[in-house]
Amino acid sequence: MTSATVTIPRERAPARHHLLSRRHREWGLAYLLLLPALVVFGVFTFYPFLKNFKLALYQNPPYPGLPMHYVGFHQVTSVLSSTSFHQSLVSTLLYVLMVVPVGLLGGLLLALAAHKAIRGMPVFRTIFSSTVVSSVAVAAVVFGTLMDPVVGLLPWLGIDPHPAILQNPTWALPAVSLIAIWQFLGLSFIIMTAGLQSLPDEILEAARLDGAGGWAMFWRVTVPLVSPTLFFGLVVGTIYAFQSFGQIDILIGPQNSQFTHTNVLLYYVYQALSIQNDPGVAAVLSIVLFAILLVFTLAQLRFLERRVTYAGN
Amino acid sequence: MPATELAAPPAPPVVAGVPGPAAPPPRRRHRRARLVLRYVLLSVGAVAILFPLYMAVVNSLLAPSQIAHQPPPFFPFHPQWGSYRKAWTDGDLGIYLRNSAIQTSVIVAGQLVTSILAAYAFAFLEFPLKRTLFIVFLMTLMIPFEVTIATNLATVSSLGWFNTFPGLTVPFLATGFGTFLLRQAFLQIPRDLREAAQLDGYGHLRFLWSVAIPLVRPALAALGVFSFLGAWNQYLWPLLVTGNDNSVRTVQIGLKQLINTQLDQINVSLAGTVIAVVPLLVILVVFQKQLVRSLTSGAVK
Repeated sequence: MTSATVTIPRERAPARHHLLSRRHREWGLAYLLLLPALVVFGVFTFYPFLKNFKLALYQNPPYPGLPMHYVGFHQVTSVLSSTSFHQSLVSTLLYVLMVVPVGLLGGLLLALAAHKAIRGMPVFRTIFSSTVVSSVAVAAVVFGTLMDPVVGLLPWLGIDPHPAILQNPTWALPAVSLIAIWQFLGLSFIIMTAGLQSLPDEILEAARLDGAGGWAMFWRVTVPLVSPTLFFGLVVGTIYAFQSFGQIDILIGPQNSQFTHTNVLLYYVYQALSIQNDPGVAAVLSIVLFAILLVFTLAQLRFLERRVTYAGN
Repeated sequence: MPATELAAPPAPPVVAGVPGPAAPPPRRRHRRARLVLRYVLLSVGAVAILFPLYMAVVNSLLAPSQIAHQPPPFFPFHPQWGSYRKAWTDGDLGIYLRNSAIQTSVIVAGQLVTSILAAYAFAFLEFPLKRTLFIVFLMTLMIPFEVTIATNLATVSSLGWFNTFPGLTVPFLATGFGTFLLRQAFLQIPRDLREAAQLDGYGHLRFLWSVAIPLVRPALAALGVFSFLGAWNQYLWPLLVTGNDNSVRTVQIGLKQLINTQLDQINVSLAGTVIAVVPLLVILVVFQKQLVRSLTSGAVK
C-alpha cells in the first residue's frame, strides 16, 4: 500500500495525488469496518427505539386483524393517568430504593472486610464476587424454594405469613427485592473493591493514626473517600434495578403481579406486549422507562467520557 | 496494605491501633484479636452469600418429602443423585445447555468481531464524520434493549426468525460498550508501531491481525468474559422469541419451565439450577481477573 520511495516523514509525501487516493482508500476501509456494527445498531437499536414514538400514537383495533389506528396523544395520556401505571411506578421506585442502597452498602462492607492481603483472601474475594455470575432464573429458583411456604425455611424461622410471602401484597415486593440484592452484591463488591484499591493506602493509615476508629472513621473518612465509586455503583445499580423483572415473572407471574404490587415497569411492558398483545401501550411504557433510565445513563456516560479524555491524550 | 478495620460495625473504638511507647505484647495481642475478628466477619459474609446456593445443592440431593421436613435438613446424609439424571433427560436440560452454548458462542464471537473492526477504525483511521459516528456508538449505551423489544419482535417475526438461532443472537451481534473498551485498548498502542509496520509494507488489515490484536489480548479477554456472562444469563429476549418450541430454548427459560411443570419435584428443578450455574462458576474462578476488569472499566451495560 505504501509507495516504495518514501524515506522521509510521510506527512511530506511527494505525490499529492497519490496521497489523496490513499486517504480515500482509508475512508472506505473505515466505513467498511464500521458497517457490521452500524447495521445491527440501525436495525435492532435505533429503528425500534424511534418506532416507539410512532407506536405510542396508534391503538390496537377493536377486533384482531384490523390495522392499528391513529389516536394521537389519547393513548399516551390514558396510559399515563391509569392507576395500574401509577401503581407500577410506585412499585418500581420502592423496589429500586430497597435494592440499590442495601446492595451498595453491603458491597462496600464486604469490600472493606476483604481489603487486606491476608491468607485465604482470594477465596473470600471469589465467594463475594460469585453472585455476579448467577442468572436471574437461577436466583429466582433458589430463593423461591427457600421462601416456599411448604418446603422453605420460613416456617422453621417462625415467619409464616398468610397468604404465603410471594402471594402477599405486603411482603412480595420486599421478598423479590431481597433476591435482587443478593444478585447485585457480587457486582457491588467488585466495583467497591476496585474503588478501594485505587485509594492511596496512606490516607486510610493516616486516619487511623489520628485515632479515628470504627464507625466514626467509616462515615467521616472512608465513605467520603470512596464517594466517586459509590456514585458510580449507584448509577450502575439503579440501571440494573430498573431493568430487572425475571424473578417476578418466574416467582409471581402475570396473574398475581398486580395484586401483590410487584408489577414493576419492565414487567408491565412485557405483559402489555406478550399477554395483552398491545404494542401501543408497550411503546408508551418503554418511552417512560427510557426517559427514567436516560438520566442515569447520561451519568454513566460521564464516567466513560472521563476515560475518553484521559486516554485520548 | 494497611488494615481497614472498619468493616466491623461493633468494633470497639479502643482498637484504633495507635502506635506509641506502650509495651508491645498487648498491641500484638490486639492485632491478633483483630485478625481473628476479620476472619469471623469474612466468614459470616461468605456463609450469607453462599447459603442460598448451598441449600439448593442440599435440596437437589434430597427426596421431596425430606425437603419438606421440619426442621429442614441442612446436609444430605443420603444423597439421591437421580434428580440430576431426571433434570438432564426429562427436563431436556441437555438440549437447553447445548442451545445456550450455541447462542452464547455466536453472540460472544460476533461481539468480538464487530467491536474489533469498529474499534480499529476509531483508533487508527481518519475519516469524515468520525466523531459523529463515535457518538452514535455511544448513544446505543443510552437505549436499553428492553425499550426496543416491541418492534424487534415484529422485525424478527417478519424475517421468519422466531424459534431460530438468528432470532436469538443477531440483535446482539454489536456492542457500543465493547467497541469503546477495545478502542481504549487500541489507543494504548504506540503510534510508532503503526508507522514502523507501515514502512515494512503492512496494510491495515495485516497490522490489525498480526500486531494490534495480539497486543490487546487482555482487553479482548475482558470483553469476551463480559459478553459471555450477559449472553448466557439473558432472560427476557429468549423468553419472547423461543415461544413454546424447545429446540432452541435456552437454559434460563428451561429452568422456568422446569419449575412450572415439576412443582412436586423441587429436587429436580434445583438439580437443573445447579447444572445451569456450574459452567458460570467455573468461568468465574478461571477468568475472575478479566471479569473484574470489564465490570469496572468505567461503564457496565
